Amino acid sequence: MLAWTIYISFLGAAILMFLPGENPLPARTLALLAALAGLACAVMGAIECHRHAGAGALTDVANAPWIAELGIRYHLAADGISLVLVLLTGIAAVAGVLFSWNVENRSREFFALYLALIGGVYGVFLSVDLFLLFVFYEVAIIPKYFLIVIWGSTRREYGAMKLALYSFVGSAMVLVGLIAAYVVAGTKTFDLAELAKVPFPAAFQNWAFIVVFVGFAILAGLWPFHTWAPTGHVAAPTAASMLLAGVVMKLGAYGALRVAMTLFPIGLHTWQNTIAVLAVVGIVYGALVALVQQDFKFVIGYSSVSHMGFVLLGLMTLTQIGLTGAVLQMFSHGIIAGLLFAVVGRMVYDRTHTRDLAVLQPMNLNRVLPFAAVTFVVGCAASMGLPGFSGFIAELQVLVGAWQSFPVFGVLAAVGILVGIAFTWRVLLKAFFAEDKVEARPLTPCPRISLPERVGAVLLLATTITIGLCPGLLLDLITPALNSPLMQPLWKAGMR
Amino acid sequence: MNLYLEFLTALAPEVIVVATALLVLLVDLVLVREKPLAQRVGLTGAITCLGCGLAMVWLALVPCSAHVAMLAIGPVTQWLKVPLLLLTIFAAVLSWNERFTRHAGEYFALLLLAATGLMLLVSSDNLLLIFIALELLSTSLYALAAFDKGSLASSEAALKYFLFGGMSAAFTLFGISLIYGIAGDLQLGVIEMRLRGHPAEPVFYAALVMTLVGFAFKLAAAPFHLWAPDVYEGAPTPAAAFIASGSKVASFFVLARILLSAFPAERGAASFGSYLPGWAPVLMALAALSMVAGNVAAIVQTNVKRLLAYSAIAHTGYALLALLADQRRALSALLFYTITYAFTVVGAFAVVSVVENNGRKASLADFAGLSKRAPLLSFCMLVFMLSLAGIPPLSGFFGKFYLFTAAAEALPKLSLLWLVVLAVAASAVSLYYYLQVLKQIYAVAPAPASAWPRPALSSSVAIVLLAAIVIVLGCVPDLLLGKISELLKTNPF
Repeated sequence: MLAWTIYISFLGAAILMFLPGENPLPARTLALLAALAGLACAVMGAIECHRHAGAGALTDVANAPWIAELGIRYHLAADGISLVLVLLTGIAAVAGVLFSWNVENRSREFFALYLALIGGVYGVFLSVDLFLLFVFYEVAIIPKYFLIVIWGSTRREYGAMKLALYSFVGSAMVLVGLIAAYVVAGTKTFDLAELAKVPFPAAFQNWAFIVVFVGFAILAGLWPFHTWAPTGHVAAPTAASMLLAGVVMKLGAYGALRVAMTLFPIGLHTWQNTIAVLAVVGIVYGALVALVQQDFKFVIGYSSVSHMGFVLLGLMTLTQIGLTGAVLQMFSHGIIAGLLFAVVGRMVYDRTHTRDLAVLQPMNLNRVLPFAAVTFVVGCAASMGLPGFSGFIAELQVLVGAWQSFPVFGVLAAVGILVGIAFTWRVLLKAFFAEDKVEARPLTPCPRISLPERVGAVLLLATTITIGLCPGLLLDLITPALNSPLMQPLWKAGMR
Repeated sequence: MNLYLEFLTALAPEVIVVATALLVLLVDLVLVREKPLAQRVGLTGAITCLGCGLAMVWLALVPCSAHVAMLAIGPVTQWLKVPLLLLTIFAAVLSWNERFTRHAGEYFALLLLAATGLMLLVSSDNLLLIFIALELLSTSLYALAAFDKGSLASSEAALKYFLFGGMSAAFTLFGISLIYGIAGDLQLGVIEMRLRGHPAEPVFYAALVMTLVGFAFKLAAAPFHLWAPDVYEGAPTPAAAFIASGSKVASFFVLARILLSAFPAERGAASFGSYLPGWAPVLMALAALSMVAGNVAAIVQTNVKRLLAYSAIAHTGYALLALLADQRRALSALLFYTITYAFTVVGAFAVVSVVENNGRKASLADFAGLSKRAPLLSFCMLVFMLSLAGIPPLSGFFGKFYLFTAAAEALPKLSLLWLVVLAVAASAVSLYYYLQVLKQIYAVAPAPASAWPRPALSSSVAIVLLAAIVIVLGCVPDLLLGKISELLKTNPF
């Protein structure tokens, strides 16, 4: 069932590629159907997996020999962590289609690339053969580039090329690490579960870990390799920024956890503190930079860097609660960042054609676009980590984990949250509620918020509130997966 | 008498191709001399394809294994001739729609003679015959490069190609004569036997380096690559496609054959920090230089053919890694990589030739907005460019992956990792310029009011076929790799 998430997406992309005509309606309908079918498969597959194996062990989805010469198998499997991210991808995919309902220019190609990107993302989250994982990881790079360079806005060529090159350099580092691990292990397999059993020599782990980890973490926005993220997000069209922040950055974090940390626990132990420092710097730096941005989208872009810092910090705590928080934060941030980018890119920018906060200020957007204002207020509340939203539980767990492992960083990260509240507050006031201070210059011809936008916003809001109120839904998936045999080396190396 | 019969059966595919070459000349001279050019090109081109097809059928049906005189024909060499002939057919199909020459018969005859050179090159284990085959190939290619007589660039390219080529052939010949002086024989197996147990003398290394220089030129490895950009740009596009593809596959194979079967003991070591003299460090230097020089120079190119030339130099660098790789995998990695590369690059040149036939040049700007005009063609170019960049699931990706794994496995394990790192880094750089081409095709608006006639059916079919090959071999590499490893298991040469 779960494997169909991948096939449906790629099939949809292929059909769209060769669909005749320029009429956007069939294209977007087909894309929506494919995204919905993917989400349905993800939900059903998650329930099925959960019932079978209790989300602890990896449940095989597909397993067949692929390239005999190197012992590569077409091996898809899922555990609780991958299920959470597959669900996230499904929801983000549907929301992304809804928020790109107004794409008229070359919509066929737009949705084809969009679905190809989604298919690649599903593939990464479901692969356990590392070669296969790498294939899907790279498959996701090219659609991103074209989505930005064709449909993007501010400095799109620069942003697209920067994103593509950063991703490709990251994947090149991963490739080196994978090949080296394959050769050193000498077990003729790329299977994650098999390779995790190999006791790699400590000296090897020390360099292989950092190469593979950073290779993946570039995509997760690890400071100082985060600079692609703001420019890429700003240049990208709405749906692409939603996916970039929502799921693509999670690819990096997921790869770092699943591959680098699982395979090289000794190396992880060596580098734990260094990376935790970088993660904390990312949290605080991202928040501080977001505080002074004039471009609405840059604020959200840098806030993504800050929030992804929590994921990386949670991973580095190497405590049960910290890791749980990290995985939950991946899900939570995926939903919230998607929502905020949707408000900025689709609801506001597509109507006002500006993202300059100084220009937006006199527009009285809370009167003109009340729905956008409400959505943004709730989204900001979720982003700040207020109780009742998914972000609260995730960041709290990360902080508790960090407090256990390195108290100083825990305090600093908490400072980051405070700065986060400040910049969120600032952007909220400037963009929507500035009427008292400035002379109002309302936006006259302003299309109403359309139905797809409303549905998309409600979908994302409902998700974050549901998880905020019943985190057990996801924690039931995450906790057993963290205790699975696959993750044991991790605990042995770093459990405190 | 028996010996001749044996020769004839062993060389039947080559005989068929040569006979076709003569037939093409004859038909053009006698039957269609007065007909319009399109008909002449069509007929002679069709005969060319038929001849190559016939040779392929023969290769598929009649298994042959013979070691007569200077020939060493086994399952591997026979099999390798199939892709070589296929590449020739593709080059011929591309030429079908070209109108750069009035000498249709001569053009196709030269193409067939070059194909004969390729086939002889892979079937010999004697340095003399290898040299002769190499010269047959090169001479035909010089002439092919010069075939666009109306174009100054074509003549310049051919002259450059010829002068550089002649010089490097002299080097090779000198190297071979020195090897003959040392070993007393030209048969690769015998050379290996005579050299065994004798510590190599300085003059041997001189001979080795000279021979390698000749091959480095043929393969366009830096620093012997200077001819490549001009030739790729100036030569008629189908000829350039042939120079870039078939000639590379065969030259790499024969280089591997010489090094691995005549000089296995003189390998030396290219491990980081512990170099030993031999051919491995030389190839290592060539590979590193080619990867860097090719990729860096390609970044600034504005002509797609020149860009492909520099990318070819970089790809030579990657492929050279295979020769340094772990012995068991060296040949299979090399063959998989070069064969898939050859198909990809022929496809890319085919797209360029379609664009050129619409009255354009091959500069980047001429590709602007191609996706609006010809979506299928653009998609195929996307496939070729991404395969060259090494993006999965295309064959270029698996080729590189397999090659890099083989290189990392070379004993002692990971000793060549630094070269692998360099190669991976270089290919990350390469994504930039391949995306430049694709950006023109997909993201830039086309020049207004320019007509776009439909590309000829034959070219379209060839391009789609090539793209399909690239995709299928990327998704299911076992189709090709399985065959290669099965062949290599029994007898590499």
